[in-house]
Amino acid sequence: MTAPAHDFDADIIVVGAGPAGSCAAIAAAREGKSVILVERGPFPGSKNMYGGVVYPRILDELIPSWWETMPVQRWVVKRSTMLLSDTGALNVDFRANAWGAPPYNGATAYRPDFDNWLANHAVAAGARLVCSTTVTGLLRDSHGRIEGVSTDRPDGDLRAPIVIACDGVNSFLAKESGLYPHTDASNFTLGVKETLALPKHVIDERFGVRDNQGVDIEILGGTSGVNGGGFIYTNLDTVALGVVLKLPKLAAQQKRPEQIIAELKRHPAVAPLIEGAEVKEYSAHVIPEAGLEMMPTMVADGMLVAGDAAALCLAAGIWLEGVNFAMASGMYAGQAAAEAITKNDVSSRGLSGYTDRLEKTFVLRDHKKLRKVPHLVLSDRVQHKYPAFVAGVVERVFRVDNPHPKPGVRRIVREERKKAGIGLLDLLRDGWTGMRGFG
Amino acid sequence: MSHTARIERDNAWPEISFEERIGTAEFRIHEKAHITVNGDSCRGCTTRECVVACPANLFVPTSDGGILFNYENCFECGTCYLVCNKEGAISWTYPEGGYGIVFHRT
Repeated sequence: MTAPAHDFDADIIVVGAGPAGSCAAIAAAREGKSVILVERGPFPGSKNMYGGVVYPRILDELIPSWWETMPVQRWVVKRSTMLLSDTGALNVDFRANAWGAPPYNGATAYRPDFDNWLANHAVAAGARLVCSTTVTGLLRDSHGRIEGVSTDRPDGDLRAPIVIACDGVNSFLAKESGLYPHTDASNFTLGVKETLALPKHVIDERFGVRDNQGVDIEILGGTSGVNGGGFIYTNLDTVALGVVLKLPKLAAQQKRPEQIIAELKRHPAVAPLIEGAEVKEYSAHVIPEAGLEMMPTMVADGMLVAGDAAALCLAAGIWLEGVNFAMASGMYAGQAAAEAITKNDVSSRGLSGYTDRLEKTFVLRDHKKLRKVPHLVLSDRVQHKYPAFVAGVVERVFRVDNPHPKPGVRRIVREERKKAGIGLLDLLRDGWTGMRGFG
Repeated sequence: MSHTARIERDNAWPEISFEERIGTAEFRIHEKAHITVNGDSCRGCTTRECVVACPANLFVPTSDGGILFNYENCFECGTCYLVCNKEGAISWTYPEGGYGIVFHRT
């Protein structure tokens, strides 16, 4: 590892030891740069919470055969999308047992375990991990150039020519640097969840899996009229159940987040899955939900922004991903920062290898392709009218109403659409946006 | 299920109290508050987004029209300052390093 220039503590300071920060630190340290990884929690992952599934394919590059050591709860082999009306439910299931064997697809994992494991790889690569240290601001030299961060430790200033801000959804560093000027509440959702304890064999039976096979259920409807969605993920001997709620909508009504969870738990399609389960841990976190619309500028002189701090979270209905975007953006930030140090140009131009990589890979290509989807999924019609409409149609298609003959499907759709108060033009328009949006 | 059976079933599986709920999370409390609330701004506020939205239920309206705030069981999520419409009512930072919420099975 090269020694940093004389008055610097390191080549690169990474703020936040979540998946973005640890991958940035691994990538930069592997290029021989000196890296300090600062974490405000007592251990990596201690401040982090998510729905419950991580898709680690991108780790093939940094940690080959990652699945052999990664702290996994269950490998997801079944994905369900659940549409809830007041009392009914439409479930679309897909099962792929092949996802439960190498090279795997997605896994449920506890973030404190997963993030800690990833940070250990950063340490093994040569990064210095400093926990229990809150970064309080950016340091600038007399020309206003970023040259490190201040922390809450005595004599805690840390100097480096490059700072990579992986400090999460509230990113005070991105805001301080002026990269993230607007924090409109409508770009965010609140995620609240319960980790519910059940014996392993009960989870296996209720969800139709065995061994370390797991299930991922995404729910539309069932959030007490607040725009958002629900989720249920199986861990080994717990079930993670929660809701994501659009902030302005949550704030404009009377039900508290835990009451909305309680109502979802009472739904006839959900209750039998979790009956008798004890709440082991209640948790909450804010999610940057608006995709491309809310993304900050990600590169400045001496600074890069990655992960949730850069709003790199994909909330596109059937795809709910964040940890993979964090790991990839972190890795690319680490690589670009190492390049900039090597060629001795830490200006935004010298660091532009970061945005080049984001543009070329799934990180921005997925977001660009699906740019209209987050808004559509959280729109009032999709949220409040379509679940009941679809459930109504399916109920009548399957109901046997003899001696009456079966009504035609077209008639059922027309009648249920009117009952749900959906205009034909609106339905066609949303269908068109959806088809184009999912590309 | 009959209506009565349904009620019995709900009663047999009661919702836990908020105190029990928040007691399942670990908070390492620092003596210094990381969030402060400006009481004067809150007194004139009629919408009170923070009261319903805070997942830790830390904002409690008082009878004199103010807001009582307790930083100790905070998830550090940011919901309160994001939903608040009053400029400067909520000053928000992270707690001292090593303190605050510590997640385990999340």
